[in-house]
Amino acid sequence: MSMTERHKKLERNITLLAVCTFITVAIGGLVQITPLFYLDNTIEEVDGMRPYTPLELAGRDIYVREGCYVCHSQMIRPFRDEIERYGHYSLAAESMYDRPFQWGSKRTGPDLARVGGRYSDEWHVQHLINPQAVVPESIMPTYAFLADTTLNVNDPSANLATLQTLGVPYTDEDVTQAMADLILQGSEFPGAGLADFNARYPNAQARDFDGDPDRLTEMDALVAYLQMLGTLVDVDSAAAQQELAEELGR
Amino acid sequence: MATNKRIDEPTGTETVGHEWDGIEELDTPMPRWWLWTFYLCILFSAVYVVLYPAWPLVDRATTGILNWSSRGDLQRELVNADEARQAFRAELAEVEVADLRADEELFRRAVAGGEAAFKVHCSQCHGSQAAGVQNLGYPSLSDDDWLWGGTLEDIHYSITYGIRQPDNNDQRQSLMPSFDGLLDAGQLAAVTSHVQSLSGIADADPAGAGLYEQNCAVCHGAMGEGDRDLGAPQLNDAVWLRGSSTADITQQILHPRMGAMPAWGERLGPSTVKMLTAYVYSLGGGEDAVAPPADEQAVAEVEVESGGQ
Repeated sequence: MSMTERHKKLERNITLLAVCTFITVAIGGLVQITPLFYLDNTIEEVDGMRPYTPLELAGRDIYVREGCYVCHSQMIRPFRDEIERYGHYSLAAESMYDRPFQWGSKRTGPDLARVGGRYSDEWHVQHLINPQAVVPESIMPTYAFLADTTLNVNDPSANLATLQTLGVPYTDEDVTQAMADLILQGSEFPGAGLADFNARYPNAQARDFDGDPDRLTEMDALVAYLQMLGTLVDVDSAAAQQELAEELGR
Repeated sequence: MATNKRIDEPTGTETVGHEWDGIEELDTPMPRWWLWTFYLCILFSAVYVVLYPAWPLVDRATTGILNWSSRGDLQRELVNADEARQAFRAELAEVEVADLRADEELFRRAVAGGEAAFKVHCSQCHGSQAAGVQNLGYPSLSDDDWLWGGTLEDIHYSITYGIRQPDNNDQRQSLMPSFDGLLDAGQLAAVTSHVQSLSGIADADPAGAGLYEQNCAVCHGAMGEGDRDLGAPQLNDAVWLRGSSTADITQQILHPRMGAMPAWGERLGPSTVKMLTAYVYSLGGGEDAVAPPADEQAVAEVEVESGGQ
């Protein structure tokens, strides 16, 4: 039977055609996607990356809820103009605990991947309450209600436990301590628990973020999240630079 | 199947040989330009696979004989850009901050570089024209009213180590205490109006003067002239960081808000910090290292310009 004769069978049997089409397309997909799961250089090994604290996580949820990602990316591409403005290009490992990731696809506002530590807490609060007060040319809408809204996280332990099942390496202590950690990180005087908190979450910043020490607001959570962004991995350290320089094939 | 192929009479084109319920299909040859483009694409991909990263293997993809990577490309571009600035940076590195102005050409270039860096890192708070934000606590850098000093060295220190930054022992640090509960309502009103009287926006208040003398003068000076060692703002001029209304001043006495600035030294590196220093110095308020007798005329002019908030 000639090749065309066999192909005729395919063309005349719609189910067979669908199955064969699926197999053909799947091969294309597998060739492109599977290697990303095992190639060494798709996710760099970095020092300093840790899961988000409960307060940062709450801030991140607000970030997602308010759709910040619609206008702000969190992905500095390896181009000179981006690096001079935003800092070192983003590494895949820096969003490894993001579910879902916040790379975004459009920049109406600036990239936020390394915004942490660039501005004071007070600036963030003023800017979120009225962006035009500090940046007159800004077109960002106001988020003043964040400062008035008490942070309401029903069960931070459940949030952490969910992420734990997804593979984020929270310890069981992190999960049980979640509510206490959340309150501690946003209080003006964190007290004795701070050492333990910082041991479990290195480089976490604990203070009253929104200038209202009496209560924990959504503003506290969002500013805590923003102030953490891009500060966990020391991308400019000699070791990190060395590894990136030796890396080929990307 | 080939047996079913025939030449279609009206068009003179061969059919593909398929036939469905009497419907046949013409096998019109593809345009030659299209076919050749297709072959060229295949050829291109073959060459590309050899030269560039392509096939995923066991632990990494093939690297291609060019050893190209987007990050390597970027690295080269950054190094090239850096080399172009190297001579200038080396020159800048050798100059002491205090002597920045000695070489006029160098200073001019430092100011230009500083202006670019300012737009990226500083303008969000201090404004794109460095005019600050009145009443929100972001000082204008284009007048000669300085919280921590306006000489090249003072500015350089502030930029390098920041102001009121946690975890940094070299930062500029000071704290205005809260007077909540220490003053009763009458005393508060008296002090507030005395503070206003220092710059002539209210009449003098003898009761307030006494309280001011006891509580405020140690940092802000007997006449409200401020203290740059402590970053205590001058109170007897027309520049107000947090507003000059009675409510604003009362609020500031009860619950002081103090500005903070990041430490830029490590983040930006020594040469950029020097360039920023030159730029900020050049904005109009730069002071000589040994303060000359205050130029009353200039001070008065700046105060008029800043709108007498």
